[in-house]
Amino acid sequence: MSDAALGAVAREHEHHDATGAKIGMWLFLFTEFLLFGGLFLLYAVYRTKFPADFHFAATTLDVRLGTVNTAILLTSSLTMVLSVAAHERDNRKLSTAFLALTMLLGLAFLVNKYFEWSTKIDHGLFPGAAELATHAPGEKLFYGLYYAMTGLHGLHVLIGIAVMAFVLPVAARRPRRRVRLGTQSASRLALTAEAGGELWAETPEDAVDEIEVSFLYEHNEELAKRDRIVVENTGLYWHLVDIVWIFLFPLFYLIT
Amino acid sequence: MAIDIGAAEVSYLEHRGVHRGIASWVLSTDHKRIGILYLTSLLSFFAVGVLIGILMRLELIAPGETLVSARVYNSMFTLHGMIMIFLFIIPGIPAAFGNFFLPILIGAKDVAFPRLNLLSWWVYVAGATLAVLSLFSGGGAPDTGWTFYAPYSLRTGTNVTLAVFAAFVLGFSSILTGINFVTTIHRLRAPGMSWFRLPLFVWSLYATAWVQVLATPILALTLMLVMLERIVGLGLFDAARGGDPLLYQHLFWIYSHPAVYIMILPAMGVVSEIIPTFSRQKIFGYKAIAFSSLAIAFVGYLVWGHHMYTSGMSDTARWVFSLLTFLVAVPSGIKVFNWVATLYKGAIDLAPPLLYTLSFIFLFMIGGFTGLISGALATNLHIHDTAFVVGHFHYVMFGGTGFMLFAALLYWFPKMFGRMVPARPMWLAWLLMFIGFNALYFPMLILGWMGMPRRYYDYLPRFQPLNVVSTAGSWVLALGLAVFFVTLWRARRHGEIAPANPWGGSTLEWQIASPPPVENFERIPVIERGPYEYGEIPPVE
Ligand code: HEM
Repeated sequence: MSDAALGAVAREHEHHDATGAKIGMWLFLFTEFLLFGGLFLLYAVYRTKFPADFHFAATTLDVRLGTVNTAILLTSSLTMVLSVAAHERDNRKLSTAFLALTMLLGLAFLVNKYFEWSTKIDHGLFPGAAELATHAPGEKLFYGLYYAMTGLHGLHVLIGIAVMAFVLPVAARRPRRRVRLGTQSASRLALTAEAGGELWAETPEDAVDEIEVSFLYEHNEELAKRDRIVVENTGLYWHLVDIVWIFLFPLFYLIT
Repeated sequence: MAIDIGAAEVSYLEHRGVHRGIASWVLSTDHKRIGILYLTSLLSFFAVGVLIGILMRLELIAPGETLVSARVYNSMFTLHGMIMIFLFIIPGIPAAFGNFFLPILIGAKDVAFPRLNLLSWWVYVAGATLAVLSLFSGGGAPDTGWTFYAPYSLRTGTNVTLAVFAAFVLGFSSILTGINFVTTIHRLRAPGMSWFRLPLFVWSLYATAWVQVLATPILALTLMLVMLERIVGLGLFDAARGGDPLLYQHLFWIYSHPAVYIMILPAMGVVSEIIPTFSRQKIFGYKAIAFSSLAIAFVGYLVWGHHMYTSGMSDTARWVFSLLTFLVAVPSGIKVFNWVATLYKGAIDLAPPLLYTLSFIFLFMIGGFTGLISGALATNLHIHDTAFVVGHFHYVMFGGTGFMLFAALLYWFPKMFGRMVPARPMWLAWLLMFIGFNALYFPMLILGWMGMPRRYYDYLPRFQPLNVVSTAGSWVLALGLAVFFVTLWRARRHGEIAPANPWGGSTLEWQIASPPPVENFERIPVIERGPYEYGEIPPVE
């Protein structure tokens, strides 16, 4: 195997830095908080401007549905933590199961939200509706914010579920990687990872009559750590989704 | 198997990776190739932006409709602003030179997340494509100005929704780069590369990256709301539905003012690299310069209100914003004084990179002083939304960041492409650009002071003489730009072969071959000295 190929394999390793991956994730979470932060700012301003309208509009939201959803999300955070903890203890089956459960809870949250939104829409309480146009300005803003904030949050739940779907196989897999050296055509040599993806390929100009292969045995623990970071970061993201909801719930449903 | 280091010595330009041809660039995760990708794309957009700028100036050569109608003119300045801001100057130095040099300067082989890095370029290209699409689809090119102020942006029939979405996507690219750089600087410094041994360019990238991470999401949210307003009519910025358009301005500038520091900080970082190299002096006030970058980034976060003095704010808010605005001048001043102190008694070599850097200091100072005039409450009322402001921000962004981007190109070109740039044509280009630039924008300062508003295709006849000067200036400037880029283009193939350290620089990039090998360093270096110790490096002839 040529040195370039070794370089390719080695290169992948070098760049993997668990702490770095964590830092990156936290920075990303900051940006998410700020994204919602802008909306919270608008909420604060309009609430101060129209306290009575906000107060009144909030009474039309269904506290029971909101509470159920809060319970669902909090539970899903628990199952998420359990999934991460199970993965840490190398119990991949349990970890995968809890992750799947988290996904289901996320879906349940969205189903609930769907019913909540559709009742509101049936009652003509959505931006642009003739019904809402007759309400006070503060109420219109309340519903505008309600849809924007719970909508953006719902989008994050959806993204979270999609991410978990991708992470499921990662959480399930044994930390091992196989690579394969082979020829795809008469003149092309390639080193591929079993999971897919070419690590190195070469089209030698001269005939090759001898190939030296040296194997790099990957340290299992290191690969395990890599997967663990993926699971942990997914967990962090899911907690963000949860925390945002913890603020949305009182702001929309409880302060009436 | 013997490990032959020879293979690793292939330069990144010649290295044959997994992919061939164009794919070896657009699919490469090598930070150097990504840097070049960014450089070429943003210079292409710059060319388009300049072209539109020149057409606008042509329209303004005489009062009345000279070349284009009012509507087209409105679309032109919107487009010019969007291209220059979102596609050229914000990615600008960090995405092109930061990508290329950050890992090398800290002794690393790549950035922390190479694949994310490539993704950021693709996202950038996607955003740019959407921006171009917004011109030709829907109700036609947006005409709101690059600031997309509500309520007009909610009402206009032009294709604001798509344009805003494009800016939203471009924001993501910027956030990704920011996250990548912060993590890289924290995690990948070579052994011995302590924080105070970092080259100052790295400090400035660090401050910039934080601003990118902490400010851009607000823009993303604001633009998203504009889209929602237009599509479903949320009403949050719409007075007819109880909303408040002023809040749009607040949210917009909470991002867009810090964004101004995303533009200028990296440029200041490049100044701090070039000046020590060409005066062969250790930088004066290293820590002061490093911390002033952070200070600018921090205070810059709190001054957005100075764009809104005339929009309707309480007097208290106005004077607080004004005070904070003046505060930004302090760290900026610290930098300028330290640069000048570094030059003092240095062995100055006025090679093109330094020449462009010195003209940066001059132009940026005009930009800074006119900034103080704009930042003071009383004078602001007089010049708000006039050509004065247009002159001011071109001095800062073009005279400042733009000129520094050129200086960075001249300084690092030999390293990036392994060829020297001939000095004489660059002197000529400088002369043309410098004269053209001042002829173009200084009259705008005067015109604005006399009362000519910005964003109009027409003006009163008494403003014409200075407008003619300004338009003529744009031609000289364009000629200078042409000389500059044609020379660079030719140098890429025909320049003299560059040695590893043509300028006698002492930072790490000059210690490796030109152009750099694929992996930058065969072995990660151990750092034992600060970035600007010229003692050991022989002077260049
Ligand atoms: C040859 C180069 C250039 C020319 C001739 C030029 C010319 C102009 C003119 C005539 C206007 C304003 C018109 C008006 O308000 O009626 C304008 C606006 C603007 N320019 Fe330039 N410019 C050039 C380069 C640049 C560069 C390098 C940047 C940024 C880095 C830039 C950023 C802007 C921005 C942000 C606006 C404001 C757009 C708006 O009002 O929405 N320009 N330019």
